[in-house]
Amino acid sequence: MSIKAPRNPMPSQDAIERKTNFKEVALGYDKETAINEAKRCLQCKKPMCMQGCPVEVDIPDFIGAIAEENFEQAAKIIKNKNNLPAVCGRVCPQESQCEQKCILGIKGEPVAIGRLERFIADWEAAEEGKETIQTSCNNKKVAVIGAGPSGLTCAGDLAKLGYDVTVFEALHTPGGVLMYGIPEFRLPKTVVKREIDYIRDLGVKIETNSVMGKIGTVDELMNEEGFSAVYIATGAGLPHFMNIPGENLNGVYSANEFLTRTNLMAAYNFPNFDTPIKVGEKVAVIGAGNVAMDSARTALRLGAKESIIVYRRSKNEIPARLEELEHAEEEGVQLFLLTSPISINGDENGQVKSMTCLKYELGEPDSSGRCRPIAIEGSEFEMEIDTVIMAIGQGPNPLVANSTPGLDLTKRGNIIADEETGLTSKDGVFAGGDIVTGAATVILAMGAGKKAARAIHDYLENK
Amino acid sequence: MFKIVDHEQFADNLFLFKIEAPRLAKKAKAGQFVILRAFENGERIPLTIADYDREKGTIDIIFQTVGKTTKKLGLLKTGDEILDLVGPLGEPTEIENFGTSVVVGGGVGIAPIYPIARSLKEAGNKVISIIGARTKDIVFWVDKLKAVSDEVLIATDDGSLGTKGFVTDLLRGKMDSEQIDRVWAIGPMIMMRAVAEVTRPEKIKTIVSLNPIMVDGTGMCGACRVLVGDETKFACVDGPEFDAHLVDFNLAMRRACYYKEEEQTAQTSGCNNNGGGCQCQ
Ligand SMILES: Cc1cc2nc3c(=O)[nH]c(=O)nc-3n(C[C@H](O)[C@H](O)[C@H](O)COP(=O)(O)OP(=O)(O)OC[C@H]3O[C@@H](n4cnc5c(N)ncnc54)[C@H](O)[C@@H]3O)c2cc1C
Ligand SMILES: Cc1cc2nc3c(=O)[nH]c(=O)nc-3n(C[C@H](O)[C@H](O)[C@H](O)COP(=O)(O)OP(=O)(O)OC[C@H]3O[C@@H](n4cnc5c(N)ncnc54)[C@H](O)[C@@H]3O)c2cc1C
Ligand code: SF4
Ligand code: SF4
Ligand code: FES
Ligand SMILES: [Mg+2]
Repeated sequence: MSIKAPRNPMPSQDAIERKTNFKEVALGYDKETAINEAKRCLQCKKPMCMQGCPVEVDIPDFIGAIAEENFEQAAKIIKNKNNLPAVCGRVCPQESQCEQKCILGIKGEPVAIGRLERFIADWEAAEEGKETIQTSCNNKKVAVIGAGPSGLTCAGDLAKLGYDVTVFEALHTPGGVLMYGIPEFRLPKTVVKREIDYIRDLGVKIETNSVMGKIGTVDELMNEEGFSAVYIATGAGLPHFMNIPGENLNGVYSANEFLTRTNLMAAYNFPNFDTPIKVGEKVAVIGAGNVAMDSARTALRLGAKESIIVYRRSKNEIPARLEELEHAEEEGVQLFLLTSPISINGDENGQVKSMTCLKYELGEPDSSGRCRPIAIEGSEFEMEIDTVIMAIGQGPNPLVANSTPGLDLTKRGNIIADEETGLTSKDGVFAGGDIVTGAATVILAMGAGKKAARAIHDYLENK
Repeated sequence: MFKIVDHEQFADNLFLFKIEAPRLAKKAKAGQFVILRAFENGERIPLTIADYDREKGTIDIIFQTVGKTTKKLGLLKTGDEILDLVGPLGEPTEIENFGTSVVVGGGVGIAPIYPIARSLKEAGNKVISIIGARTKDIVFWVDKLKAVSDEVLIATDDGSLGTKGFVTDLLRGKMDSEQIDRVWAIGPMIMMRAVAEVTRPEKIKTIVSLNPIMVDGTGMCGACRVLVGDETKFACVDGPEFDAHLVDFNLAMRRACYYKEEEQTAQTSGCNNNGGGCQCQ
C-alpha cells in the first residue's frame, strides 16, 4: 500500500443522534478497515512510534499481526505490555503520544495506532473462551493504593512477575477516573470492567470500600500486614473552586460531582438508579480542558437546552484535545471565550440564576507559554443560567499523605517520587500517576505504574 | 458484602443495625461516619457510627426512614447483607478533659452523641446528656447513655417523657445552674442552630455535626460544601463536626433541600431494585 493512502476515518454516531444518548460516540473499526489501516504501517526498523508509548507497546509487531489477520497474535503482543488496551485505544491522547512520532505523520497522516489497539482489544473481548492466565506466586505481598489506571497497571505487572498484590480502593468500584470521570459515551463502563476483570484474572485482589488514611495506613500495611512494598496511586481527585461569591448556591457543581453522579452512580438513568442529578435548561461549564468538554457534553445528554463552555483565554489556548473540542462543537456545545465569572448570583431560594462575567483580552505569554488573560475594565455583563459546573482543575487528595509520616510532598501536596522508579522519600514506598504529576493523562499514569512495578521488583529482589 | 448480624426496631421509622465490619470497627472513633450503598442501583448515603465493638468486629448504625433509600434499608433484617460500606470517614471528635461537657441529641441525633459522651467520660469529663424527641416512643438508648453520663435529661415535645419542651430549655437551665465548658449538639439542623444561639451569648464553645448531602465522602466531589466562618469546607473530610458559632446554617439548610423534587420522584416511581421485587413502596 502506498504512503499516500489516507488514514481510515473512525466511524461514529451522528452528532444529532448521539447528543440525546449515552452510547459510545466512536464506533470502532471493522475487520476490513483495521486490516487496511494496518497495511499503511511501514514496519519501520527503528519504529519512532514506540518512543511515544509510555507503556512500551510493540507497535509495529502488533500492527504487522493485524495486517496478516492474525488477531490473536496481535492481542498477545499488546497485552504483553499494556494491561488496559481497550481503555488506551479509546482515551489515549494518541496525537501527542505514539501517533505524534509515527514516521508517516511527517508528510501525511500517521497510522491510527490507537484505533487499531482498540480494534484488537474489542475483538479479543468478543471471542469466546479467553485463554487462562498462568501466573506463579512468589509469596511476596505488595499493596497498591488506588485502583485507577496507574494502580491497576502496576498491580497487573507485579502479578505477572509473581507477586501477591492487593489493591485498596476508596470507592465501591475500581477504575478511578475511568469509572467516575470519563463519560460512558467516550469510554463505556463495560469496557473498563472487562479490563479490570483481566487484572483480577492475573491474580490481583481488589479491596473496594477501603479509604487508606482512614481504614489503615501505609505504615500499618508494611509493619502489621506483611506488605513488603506499597505503590501509592491515589490520583488528583480534589476539585478546585474559584473562590468567587455564590459558589455554594444550589446549582453549582464541581465537574467531579457532576460526572461522578452521572457515570459512577448512573444518575442519567434516574429513577431506575437512585442517585439524582439536576441540569436545568442552560448550563455554564467553567474551564476548557477535557474535563470541561466531558461535562458540557454530558449536560446536553442530560437534557440541557444550552451547554456553554466559559473560558478566559481564546480558542487557540484551549487545553482539551482537539478531537474532544470538535466533538463537543458538533453536538452543539457553545464557546464563550475570553470570559470568566466574577460572581454567581442566586434567587430567593438560593438557586443559581445568573453569573456576572468579565470580558478578557490576551496579553503576553506567561510562564506556561500561554497568553495571559487580562480583564477588560468595565466589561461586566450578566449571563442567565441555571447550572454552573466548575471544571478548573483538581489537586491531590491529602488523606494518604497526611497519614504517612516521612513522605515528602511538593508545596501543592503532590508526592515527590523519582521519575524513573517512582521511589518516594520513604523506604519501600513508591508513587506515581496524577498524585505525583498533578492531573495528567491515563497513559502517563499507566507508564508510571509500569516503571514502578519494575522498580518494586528490583527493590524486592535486592532486599 | 457486610452482614447485618443484629437488628432492632425502636419505632415505626427508627432502626438499628449491627453490622459485621471488623477492619472498620477497629478504627472507628466517636464523631465518624460510614457511607453505605445497600442495593445494586442504589445511592450512597452517610450514616453516623453510633457504636462499635472492636472485639466482636461490629459497628452500629441507627437510621430514621425518611426517603427511598432509608425506607428500603428498613426492610433488611438480621442475616441480610449490605453491598458496600465504607469508613470510618470524617475527623473524629476532639476529645479532651474539658471539665463539664454537655452533649445534646435530638431525634435520631441521640445515636451519634452516645460515642461522644462515652469518649468524654473516659477522658475524665463530667458528662451531662440532654436528649429530646417529639414523643417518648422514639426516645432510645437512655440506659446506654446513663451508663456513660453523670446525668441524663430528657425533653419531649408532648411531655410524654421527661420535661415537656425542647432540649434548649434544658440546656439553658443547666447553664444557669452550673459552669459548662463545652457543648455538642447533634440533630435536626433547626435544633442545632437553636443550641448555637443559646450558647453564643455565653461564649461556650459548641460543636455541631453537619449532615450535608454527600456522594463519595472522601473529598473528591465537593457536594458536601458548608460555609464555616466564611470559609468553604468539605464536611466529609474537614468535618462533619464544626464550631456551631461559625456555621452558616441557612446555607446548609438550603443545600440539604436541593433534590427535594427528585427525592419525591424516587419514592413514587416504580422501583426496579431486586428485579422489581423490592417492597419499598
Ligand atoms: C473527566 C475526565 C476526563 C479525562 N479524560 C481523559 C482522556 O480522554 N484521556 C486521558 O489520557 N486522560 C484523561 N483524563 C485524565 C486521566 O483520567 C487521569 O490522568 C488518570 O486517570 C490518572 O490516573 P491515576 O491512576 O493516577 O488516578 P485516578 O484515575 O484518579 O485513580 C485514583 C484512584 O485512587 C482512589 N483513591 C484516592 N484516594 C484514595 C485513598 N485514600 N485510599 C484508597 N483509594 C484512594 C480513587 O478513588 C481512584 O479510584 C481525564 C480526567 C477526567 C477527570
Ligand atoms: C455525616 C452524616 C451522618 C448522618 N448520620 C445519620 C444517622 O446516623 N442516622 C440517620 O438517620 N441519618 C443520618 N444522616 C442523614 C442521612 O444520610 C439521610 O437521612 C439519608 O441520606 C436519606 O436518604 P433517603 O434516600 O432515605 O431520603 P431522601 O428522600 O433521598 O432524602 C431525605 C433528606 O436526606 C438528605 N439526604 C438525601 N440524600 C443524601 C445524601 N446522599 N447524603 C446526605 N444526606 C442526604 C437530604 O437533606 C434530603 O432532603 C447523616 C448524614 C450525614 C451527612
Ligand atoms: S497505549 Fe496509547 S500511546 Fe501506547 S500505543 Fe496504545 S494508544 Fe499509543
Ligand atoms: S512509526 Fe508509523 S509506520 Fe513506522 S512502525 Fe510505527 S506505526 Fe508503523
Ligand atoms: S462527599 Fe464528596 S467531597 Fe464530601
Ligand atoms: Mg435518597
